[in-house]
Amino acid sequence: MFKRDDVGVSYMEAEVPLLEIKNLHAGIDGNVILNGIDIEIGAGEIHAIMGRNGSGKTTTANIVMGHPDFDVEDGEIKLLGNNLLELEPWERAKKGVFLSFQYPQAVPGLQVGNFLKKSVASIKGEEAAKGKKFRELLKKSMKELNMPSSFLSRYVNDGFSGGEKKRFEILQMMLLQPKLAILDETDSGLDIDGIRTVATGINSSIRGTGSGALIITHYSRILDYIKPDKIHVLIEGKIVATGDATLATDLEENGYDWLEEKIKGGDE
Amino acid sequence: METSQEARDAVGDYKLGWHDTENSTIRFDSGLSEKVVRDISKIKNEPEWMTEIRVKAYRHFTEREMPTWGNMSMLEQIDFEEVCYYLRSSSATENDWDEVPDEIRNTFERLGIPEAEQKWLSGVTAQYESEAVYHSIREDLVAQGVIFLDMDSGLREYPEIVKKWFCSVVPYSDNKFSALNTAVWSGGSFIYVPKGVHVKMPVQAYFRINAKNMGQFERTLIVADEGSSIHYVEGCTAPTYSTDSLHSAVVELVALPGSHIRYSTVQNWSANVYNLVTKRGIAHKNAKIEWVDGNIGSKLTMKYPSVILKGEGSHAEVISVAYSGNGQHQDAGAKIHHLASNTTSKILSKSISKDGGRGSYRGMVTVSPKAENCKLNIVCDALILDDESRSDTYPTMEVANPTARCEHEASVSKVSDEQLFYLMSRGHSEEEALALIVNGFFEPFTRELPMEYAVELNKLMALEMEGSIG
Repeated sequence: MFKRDDVGVSYMEAEVPLLEIKNLHAGIDGNVILNGIDIEIGAGEIHAIMGRNGSGKTTTANIVMGHPDFDVEDGEIKLLGNNLLELEPWERAKKGVFLSFQYPQAVPGLQVGNFLKKSVASIKGEEAAKGKKFRELLKKSMKELNMPSSFLSRYVNDGFSGGEKKRFEILQMMLLQPKLAILDETDSGLDIDGIRTVATGINSSIRGTGSGALIITHYSRILDYIKPDKIHVLIEGKIVATGDATLATDLEENGYDWLEEKIKGGDE
Repeated sequence: METSQEARDAVGDYKLGWHDTENSTIRFDSGLSEKVVRDISKIKNEPEWMTEIRVKAYRHFTEREMPTWGNMSMLEQIDFEEVCYYLRSSSATENDWDEVPDEIRNTFERLGIPEAEQKWLSGVTAQYESEAVYHSIREDLVAQGVIFLDMDSGLREYPEIVKKWFCSVVPYSDNKFSALNTAVWSGGSFIYVPKGVHVKMPVQAYFRINAKNMGQFERTLIVADEGSSIHYVEGCTAPTYSTDSLHSAVVELVALPGSHIRYSTVQNWSANVYNLVTKRGIAHKNAKIEWVDGNIGSKLTMKYPSVILKGEGSHAEVISVAYSGNGQHQDAGAKIHHLASNTTSKILSKSISKDGGRGSYRGMVTVSPKAENCKLNIVCDALILDDESRSDTYPTMEVANPTARCEHEASVSKVSDEQLFYLMSRGHSEEEALALIVNGFFEPFTRELPMEYAVELNKLMALEMEGSIG
């Protein structure tokens, strides 16, 4: 028998899904939030999770990244066949998981440029954070996101506007080049130009790279630019519907009520 | 050049005997008396007036009460009889690095001094135990008339300048520890910058306590003549000892009209060292004094860099950070006295406490009745890393002139789990994440330091965060 880790990624990608969430039950302080979630994302796919506030979207994102406050009661989370649940958040990051936060945290005194360099060094290795190649990728990504170079000397998320915070999350994603990017309401707080810019960034880092993304959103607007392969609807910690991009349009027009009614109807 | 035998002859048969240890040529037995004080002065062949100041200071020290603030219970643990008041490891001050004894050189090579010198230093005074053993200064500084010597040589070669300013900023009677320092001082730096001369590179000195129970009582005097400027940097590291060690320095700065002195310190004494230092400067008309003061190590630090704004339009800045770990108390802050009109001052104090450590900001700012239109700005930020640690703020403001504009801000914060999680999600372990937050907190201080000090401080704090997560 051989260990799966020893096998090259290209082979793995063909064999196992990029992300596999199976029967995930989780909560916090004894309160159940997720009631058995199943999501499977293949390499190169972009999925979206939609749902109301409090339905468990952010919890799902946090649990995949490894937030220490949540307790996983049951289920599995695997990245390319590797069990993520036994890894610390930074180990997951090094395996290729990235979370774009809904509320990115400020770290006063930590300069953006320095932080980016340190994070790239930590996740992709010292060499990746050095020299011309890094500087060029940084320059190109910042240009794509319409960020001035003065941004690099500011402190991480300190005094950033809502839009700047979201752009900075995407900038980090573009530099860290994760295998799996989870984007937690990256579109909220952005105007239409911002959404378009961010969507361009997401498309260029995921499409055609063998990576995948899970986009968490309230609104279908960002999905007009990203065109997810699948949309999952989360209600009270359960995925109640999975469909293609047209599901987003249905939700936009009819809200979540019709789905809820449909489910209740189905239960009876 | 004095040998150990000559030194013995100079003081006669010392009652408590000599110690010739492998790395010290002259070592007094521990304990303090008027005779010890006179002997120190005699070994150094000092002028009569200096001997007299030492003796007066010693008498004042014996009568003077301990400070009634800071950490009194820790202060009471100091046993002055157990401290060795004079120790010299090399018989003379060397100007050529090659002539410095191997053992001492190794220590400094480990500290990276010659290398650092090539890149950054304008001159080096390396203090090994009590005497400066290595001293160099760039030729262009000499050509400009800048004097940079260890204090003992300064007294020998420029007695008139030293006599004029010694004890003029910090009188021996200022406090118990300034009296002690004046009685037994040894080493330290003496700098005189002539009129209009700007020393562009930072001038640096390293201090190190290297013997058990060794007290270090260096005395530094910097005089910046009219329109001149200098940046002096002092860094300290010390190995760990099993018994307590006392470090009690006095630093006097004289900033004559229109001059600018910046004095930067990063101290990292081992956790058994008492660091009780009196630092003060006088700023004359339109002069500027800045203290950049970082306190990482020691058992107890009591240090309040101060500035007397004596001349109109003068400016003072005190930027300090303090880190207190297990068993440590950093009682640090600033004192600024606005004696003249249109004077301005700025205090930024940042403290971190962890593992039951205690950080205190103690500050005093006064504005005299005659000083019109003064501006004061005070910011104190504390970061507490766990529930066992403590942070206190003791600000005092005495403003006797209604035209003064005063601003005071204070904040206490904790590291949040969400902040840590955010950084961990970017590939940083919990310890690394904490170090990023802590170094960010200190950044307004760190950016004021010369590059290699900033790097060293960041590394030091990262080391302090190791093993802190459990």
